[in-house]
Amino acid sequence: MYVSLRDRPGADDGKSGAAVRRVSSTVVLLGVVSLLTDVSSEMVASVLPLYLTAAVGLSPVAYGFLDGMYQGVSAFLRIAGGYAGDRGGQPKWVAVLGYGASAVSRIAMLVATGFAAITAVVTVDRLGKGLRTAPRDALIAEASDPRMLGRAFGVHRTLDTIGAALGPLVAFALLAAVPGSYDSIWVVSFAFAIVGVAVLVLFVPNLRTAAGAARIGLRRTFRAVAGRRLRRPLIAAGLLGLLTVGDGFLYLSLQERDDFAAVYFPLLYVGTNIAYLALAVPLGRLADRVGRARVLVAGHGALLACYLIAAVPAGGLGLTLVVLLLLGVFYAATDGVLPALISRLVPGEARGSGIAAAQTVVALARFVSSLTFGLLWSLQGPGWSLMLFAGLLTAAIPAVAWLLRGVDAEETA
Amino acid sequence: MSARNRVIMLVAVLLAALAGAGGYVWNVRKSQAETLAAAPEVAQGGDLQSLRAQPHIVFRSNALGENYGRVAVVPLTAPNGPRAFTPASCERVYATAADTICLSAQRGLVTTYQSRLLDPSWNESRELPLTGLPSRARLSRDGSLVATTTFVYGDSYANPGQFSTRTLVTRTDGAVVGDIEKFKLVVDGRVITAADRNLWGVTFADDDRFFVTAASGGKTWLAEGNLSTRTVTSIRGDVECPSLSPDGTRIAFKKHGDLPAGKWRLAVYNLRTGTEIELAETRSIDDQAEWLDDATVLYGLSHTADGSASSDVWKVPADGSGKPEVLISDAWSPAVVR
Repeated sequence: MYVSLRDRPGADDGKSGAAVRRVSSTVVLLGVVSLLTDVSSEMVASVLPLYLTAAVGLSPVAYGFLDGMYQGVSAFLRIAGGYAGDRGGQPKWVAVLGYGASAVSRIAMLVATGFAAITAVVTVDRLGKGLRTAPRDALIAEASDPRMLGRAFGVHRTLDTIGAALGPLVAFALLAAVPGSYDSIWVVSFAFAIVGVAVLVLFVPNLRTAAGAARIGLRRTFRAVAGRRLRRPLIAAGLLGLLTVGDGFLYLSLQERDDFAAVYFPLLYVGTNIAYLALAVPLGRLADRVGRARVLVAGHGALLACYLIAAVPAGGLGLTLVVLLLLGVFYAATDGVLPALISRLVPGEARGSGIAAAQTVVALARFVSSLTFGLLWSLQGPGWSLMLFAGLLTAAIPAVAWLLRGVDAEETA
Repeated sequence: MSARNRVIMLVAVLLAALAGAGGYVWNVRKSQAETLAAAPEVAQGGDLQSLRAQPHIVFRSNALGENYGRVAVVPLTAPNGPRAFTPASCERVYATAADTICLSAQRGLVTTYQSRLLDPSWNESRELPLTGLPSRARLSRDGSLVATTTFVYGDSYANPGQFSTRTLVTRTDGAVVGDIEKFKLVVDGRVITAADRNLWGVTFADDDRFFVTAASGGKTWLAEGNLSTRTVTSIRGDVECPSLSPDGTRIAFKKHGDLPAGKWRLAVYNLRTGTEIELAETRSIDDQAEWLDDATVLYGLSHTADGSASSDVWKVPADGSGKPEVLISDAWSPAVVR
């Protein structure tokens, strides 16, 4: 899978009219790293519930506790990772640390028995994920032509999602070959993760970001992140995050009204993933052409449509598929587009921190949204709650469009 | 490092990963085949039909070999003797003289689960609705009601990724009584509406009254419910997976107490005197107990030997005396049919 390292960004400066403009090989390499790592982590994630309840004998309540543990820590570490990448000017090595921690956690599953040990191992994996995201996205931004950032993130997220889709398949194929041997899962997962780390270490160039030269302190980073240019996008991201119902809830509401969705409940996310990976690049390119803020806002239109369709009492295969498709559109229009948007609004030396700040705002806002929505669900049921969120989102979308007006034209690079 | 060396390094890592992981899996596969071949054949015997005519225990056999996971029957008089295998395979099974409820798994790329009622000749008489991973199953004494508990993905409000239970009560004639988690839950006089409330592990007292675990906000209670009024009311704290004694006076359950997360102690609560006794079993139990008779409690406990996990059904006196003993080896999910 050798990929040429020659077409670095800037090499084709001034040739905007060139017939074929490819995404930087660094982005593709980071995508391959994410693909391998996601195969690895989704392998574990997909069998973990089964392992904990069937093999280890934990009750679902204990499992829930385990799952809830790392919410806050991961969000905090995301910012730390972004800042560390900026501060040292070597986001690659912060990312290596993050990917490495997750890889090591796989092999630690072999020796982890009992609740506390497994909790610790899963936490290390989550910490690794928190640590690596922002520096990796900063690298993607650094390696890409600013004019095609959306596309670059689209390519990365496509590869990432392919890995996420393959992971569970690999895991269940393994369990079919060696029934009950969870140790085999951890070992194979570790092998995927190690190859991912090797690709990262050996081939991803250690791009010395603008941050490396500047070595700005905490205060200046804070100023850059909390500054005027980022304030409105962060508020917008937070507002939208508050109204983003987790897909788990959407799948559940589909499942409550529809036999198809109930039977194929474990497969619903596959439908969303397929739509996501098919659309990540096209929508990223669209974002480059018509403006990232515009695509981001429009993506929430797809989410709004999801709510409305999921809220109607009628079920059926067609409607379920439409919801999955729209959810894929939403992710394709937002997940990679947000860092693409943010990375051009912050000065280069604080790029990792800026991206981390935006992703953390979104993650925390979505967590609050999950809590609120869950509470509403229990009081009023899914239909009513979805309609309420749809109403609020209808009001929020124009507000966000207003907040983000002119942002597309304001990019620094 | 030159580009060429980097490629060589990557190829080396790739080969090492491939050889290491492939070799490991191949090894596990080989040793699994050897264990299977070397496993002592579990003693089989007895005629299913005549066994069903006398008091017996229906359970899932975990003995390695071709009958792994099959439902088996032993007479109450010789529980650890030869077992008679039925054609049914279940993850969790419970039986009365007339009906058997079988929660089974269809393994594949996506594992799906079924809930089936079996007639006395172990053929499917009815398919019941089921969502999620099978956990507990109970029939009412007269065999007219079925309760199943499953772990459902994402029923909690704090985190859509977390597991939660769903407990469904159905009549054996197919009429759905409902998801009892939608019943009104009253704890210490207060109605609980929190979305994290869960109810699991039903044990039926009669055609209407049942006991169940109620949970919310990290606490659990023993609760008594009525199907007719669709209400569940708490009786006592820290009780999971209740099981009503044959004489209806006591509840065997697992309590968490101050044990580490994911550990439970087996105990019996007397409904008349309101007293609680911890049983002589000191190991952690995660099972819904069953009563062998009014004086003895049964439960499954997993064990690992030679790298293969199995479980045994143990018995322990219900009054806190004595010590635990294996009743049926390589067994799980016992149902005593008197």
